[in-house]
Amino acid sequence: MVKKFFSRFYLGLILLFLYAPIFILIILSFNKSKSRSRWGGFTFTWYHNLFQDEAIMEALRNTLIIALLAAIIASVIGTCACLAISNMKKIPRGILLGISNVPMMNADIVTGISLMLLFIALNYPLSFSSILMSHITFNIPYVILSVMPRLTRQNAIIYEAARDLGATKSYAFFKIILPDIFPGILSGFLLAFTMSLDDFVITYFTKGAGFDTLSTIIYTEVRKGIKPEMYALSTLLFISILILLVLINRKKDKEHGEKPLRNA
Amino acid sequence: MNTKKWLSYPYTIWMGIFVIIPLFIIIYYGFTAEGGGFTLSNISLITDPINLASLWLSLELSLVSTAICLLLAYPLSLILHGMKLKNNSFIIMIFILPMWMNFLLRTLAWQNILEKTGVINTFLKLLHLPALDLINTPGAIIFGMVYNFLPFMILPIYNSLSKISDDYINAARDLGANSLLTFLKVILPLSLPGVVSGITMVFVPSLTTFVISDILGGSKVVLIGNIIEQQFKTVNNWHTGSGLSLVLMVFILFSMAILTKYDKESEGKNIW
Repeated sequence: MVKKFFSRFYLGLILLFLYAPIFILIILSFNKSKSRSRWGGFTFTWYHNLFQDEAIMEALRNTLIIALLAAIIASVIGTCACLAISNMKKIPRGILLGISNVPMMNADIVTGISLMLLFIALNYPLSFSSILMSHITFNIPYVILSVMPRLTRQNAIIYEAARDLGATKSYAFFKIILPDIFPGILSGFLLAFTMSLDDFVITYFTKGAGFDTLSTIIYTEVRKGIKPEMYALSTLLFISILILLVLINRKKDKEHGEKPLRNA
Repeated sequence: MNTKKWLSYPYTIWMGIFVIIPLFIIIYYGFTAEGGGFTLSNISLITDPINLASLWLSLELSLVSTAICLLLAYPLSLILHGMKLKNNSFIIMIFILPMWMNFLLRTLAWQNILEKTGVINTFLKLLHLPALDLINTPGAIIFGMVYNFLPFMILPIYNSLSKISDDYINAARDLGANSLLTFLKVILPLSLPGVVSGITMVFVPSLTTFVISDILGGSKVVLIGNIIEQQFKTVNNWHTGSGLSLVLMVFILFSMAILTKYDKESEGKNIW
């Protein structure tokens, strides 16, 4: 009993540590005073102003479009790569998987700088597409990481069986392989989307002047003071993803309940 | 299924262009002077007292933060594992969710907590305790590092713990081991791959950050990441910046080598 109390208490403390800054940001989004350190009363002004602020809205659009496109393209490239790699011999397989570890293990600052130098060497303008390509690059490993473990020998065997029984290649793929790896693709996509949305360092080095995402706007505002509209926007983003994830989890829980029947 | 080899081509070409070639460009800049001739002076700039001091400080702070993360995360992972939740994604969700609040804003919020007039000091004042000098110190940066990178320690350890079959633990208990001995001889060694990947996932970003030191250290604490960032963004000396980045990469390669040594059987796919 005592042990259980202590472990719950400890878990609570860590969660408090992780979520304390988030509560503070949410509180600040309702703070009438523009100062971060003084409470000036409750207001919805910032939520109202937010949608009139062209710069923030523009940055929000850029951020979401880049994150979405990068995650989709990375999911396609990564999933295709996994399908091919899973059939390879040990050495090429090791090399290809090793390459995917590089952007993940390397420091963001080095990845960002090296991509910036690449674009400059190719005389490629630093703007929307340079950021997009950089994000795809660091997103691919997350997709591979989530999809690869799903491609087991088991589904290769079932795939062969389906082929023997007369299924066409594409029919067998869509009926056997894809449903099996789809949860992996989905979690890889979500992970990639999240990483892309939260990225600052790589965007900072691969963006040109005049193009901003939310992170880079916030970074320039850190010194002169953050516009309170930014807190309002982050609160909205956070709450909407929270709701979305709870809904996904609910659905998953239901599916979990059904699964044993299907496998039996 | 040999016909599917071509599916790896987009990936191979992409990674070749955007991962391998850029690394060679950094190496090129790191070993050449402004005019284009070969030189080692960019690399040897790391021995400049200011650069060396900041590299040393970065190593110190990132090692301390990694140790703190490990000490916090291991018991937590044991607790989470002990809760026997049937849905793993829930655990992953609560630790990834904070990332949906922008990383810079989250770190900035720690300013509010640690400041002279911040949450902690206001609280201490209520208790009539002396105020603490927290912000703009190395301690504040360690705080920021632990905060930002703790999930990267928790998830791999939790993952490796949940892979340990209960049969091993039951067998150990059947053979007369008490719970401490079972932990030391069975659970700990089997969870080591998770611990090692957690250590790398925390150590590398802490060692190379420039944002956390920017926000929580004022301009008083300069890490090696800040020096490299300045070389590219304000001084505009790409050769020096690349040279220092190469030095940094030696440390990263070193920790990657340790990781692959421990992570052999899982082929590097279980970092999360």
